[in-house]
Amino acid sequence: MKVTIDGITVDVEPGTSILNAARQIGGDIVPPAMCYYSKLAGSGGKCRTCLVKVTKGSEKDPRPMPKLVASCRTGVMDGMEVQNITSPEVVEARKGVVEMLLINHPLDCPVCDQAGECHLQDLGFEHGAAKTRYEFDRRTFEKIDIGDKIQLHMTRCILCYRCVFTADQITNTRLHGILNRGDHSEISTYISKAVDNDFSGNVIDVCPVGALTDKTFRFKNRVWFTKPVEAHRDCDKCCGKVTLWYKGEDVIRVTGRKDVYGEVEEFICNTCRFDKKKTADWVIEGPRKVSHQSVISANHYEFTPLPVVKTNPVLIEANKEQFERETRL
Amino acid sequence: MGRKLLLEHINVPGINTFDVYRSKGGYASVEKALKMTPEEIVEEVKKSGLRGRGGAGFPTGMKWSFLAKPEGVPRYLVCNGDESEPGTFKDRYLMTYIPHLLIEGMIVSSFALGANTSYIYLRGEMMPQVRILERAIAEAKAKGFLGKNILGTGYDLELYVQPGGGAYICGEETALLESLEGKRGNPRIKPPFPAIAGLYGCPTVVNNVESIAAVVPIINEGGDEYAKIGIGRSTGTKLISAGGNLKKPGVYEIELGLPVEEFIYSDEYCGGIANGKRLKAVVAGGSSVPILPANLILKTINNEARLMSYESLSDGGFVSGTMLGSGGFIAYDEDACIVRNTWNFARFYHHESCGQCSPCREGTGWMEKVLHRLEYGHGKMSDMDLLVDVSKKIEGNTICPLGDAAAWPVASAIRHFRDEFEWHVTNASEATSRNYGIAHYADPLKIVETA
Repeated sequence: MKVTIDGITVDVEPGTSILNAARQIGGDIVPPAMCYYSKLAGSGGKCRTCLVKVTKGSEKDPRPMPKLVASCRTGVMDGMEVQNITSPEVVEARKGVVEMLLINHPLDCPVCDQAGECHLQDLGFEHGAAKTRYEFDRRTFEKIDIGDKIQLHMTRCILCYRCVFTADQITNTRLHGILNRGDHSEISTYISKAVDNDFSGNVIDVCPVGALTDKTFRFKNRVWFTKPVEAHRDCDKCCGKVTLWYKGEDVIRVTGRKDVYGEVEEFICNTCRFDKKKTADWVIEGPRKVSHQSVISANHYEFTPLPVVKTNPVLIEANKEQFERETRL
Repeated sequence: MGRKLLLEHINVPGINTFDVYRSKGGYASVEKALKMTPEEIVEEVKKSGLRGRGGAGFPTGMKWSFLAKPEGVPRYLVCNGDESEPGTFKDRYLMTYIPHLLIEGMIVSSFALGANTSYIYLRGEMMPQVRILERAIAEAKAKGFLGKNILGTGYDLELYVQPGGGAYICGEETALLESLEGKRGNPRIKPPFPAIAGLYGCPTVVNNVESIAAVVPIINEGGDEYAKIGIGRSTGTKLISAGGNLKKPGVYEIELGLPVEEFIYSDEYCGGIANGKRLKAVVAGGSSVPILPANLILKTINNEARLMSYESLSDGGFVSGTMLGSGGFIAYDEDACIVRNTWNFARFYHHESCGQCSPCREGTGWMEKVLHRLEYGHGKMSDMDLLVDVSKKIEGNTICPLGDAAAWPVASAIRHFRDEFEWHVTNASEATSRNYGIAHYADPLKIVETA
């Protein structure tokens, strides 16, 4: 099936979503996704950051779709034409979504443990407005310990449901879900029940913001001062492939290996994540490659040439602001 | 006198019992339909031009024909009785006073769709209606109209009544199905549509109570006869739940195409505005549709009389028109405060947003807070532009239509009554002492004349 996104055509398998088709092209035309997670069935469609405009339905039925659609949950059709950043309507809608997401998410990046790895921070930087127009009190919550290793701070939660799907699909008990409606919704365990499952730690990895954090790592360091190293071990529960985060000689955090879109390649067990924090536990593979745009690349900057997509004049025109920003940086 | 098809026998004593209902010709359509083929029934409904009475107005026959029919997979008919839009109370009336009409419609519709199990989903607060319907189902079953081998034709149908948890969002068809399956009532992302994968992943049709009840006269009299009532593509009769500052609020059955002016002022229907006051504005189809000032509800922008029909009410789009919606007709007299009313609607949608998608979850709360501020005299002149912008950011960007439903009343109220919002900012003390009235700001009737 041929699908054209922002003027670039790609061949994809039937059943591919628009988002995944865009990911096959890569570069700036990939819509951002806060709630979609390719490893979790049923995720996506909720945060509305990946909205795109379908200007031509398919070769058979060329009518455009009347509304913007969530690219993560819309399948491609043969001959479909999609606009992402080349559509001002999409850019405007995305700006609106970012504004909505930031209404109840505090801008406490300087003290948040997720800073540097936060998808919402990136999204706000790339698509947000400079100032909020919201003048009312934000909702606040007390921190909750779910188990001895994970802390939930609902104040920062953007209700992407990823952790709920993880708990449902990766672990064998339903650990937590959503309480209440609308902007009163909150993630909670059943009457503060502890999350004690071998794979529960994965909820930390899937959280796009700093709502679910690793208590063994929390506030021990800023992520850009750490050194990520790929490693593996022989584990009887999971694949054992992880990223170790070093501070000097010490392993201060273990996470799953994440791809360019921040999704883990394979989920790891709690033993690997929380209990194996000595270099001797692991077979070191080598330093992890970090994108030069990431703050984690500080001090180990590696030059990668700009993707081919960035030579597309239409895209450069559409995304002028970001290109200027990147050139300046 | 307009023709009555659904409420014809509503005043007959004991019409809620099987025997009286049967003596008035009830269940005749079941006897007739079971002799027809399901395709013939669908064809009759298509011919009738019946459009969904829940609000969206999608042709019912066409919806039925979309139903997937894979081998060996059950199909379901679900009746959507989760009526909870402010201003809409027609389905509850129908179910309370003439429950057998709905059950009769359910039997015919289920047979047409090949469903052997059907559900009537009701709002959780409607427990009296649940009991009424359960009693009526038991009566119909005892008389052989439900259960195994109905009237000896070999067709089986089990009909269940299911009260929900009491959430407005459960009226959205996919959220309704989630709720019916025992889950949290969150709307599903479409596609797949329920006609392909609905209840328990099986093909399902979800229809409003009134749509299903309307199948009874369609089968009794034939689709062509039904299509003769009404005007243009708006065929048949419609229940209108009239409320607000009217002399005679209530549920009325009208023939589609009735002039709005006649509906408001004639003695047969609402009898005019209460206490001899003037009409200021109307919400024509339940709180989710745009509000219109008196001039625009009585006449279209082309100076033609506005009619109670899908097309006429939406004439002019959202700039100078509205929608028939679910038929929740709310009239406001000259003393009504549009700001307070809009805040009240926004409060409702904020409370009922399911919280799945971010624009609706956060935006409805934001709009409510700004409107609350305006209503209580702390507003700013920039608030109106802010509200319009926020409503635009919500509209069309959400999973289900609740976002649109929350955005439209706010955007339209500011479009048509901006001066009243401004008056709330400039005359905060008068606004907070509830001393508002038509005298303070531009007369909507005059705006109409000059428009």
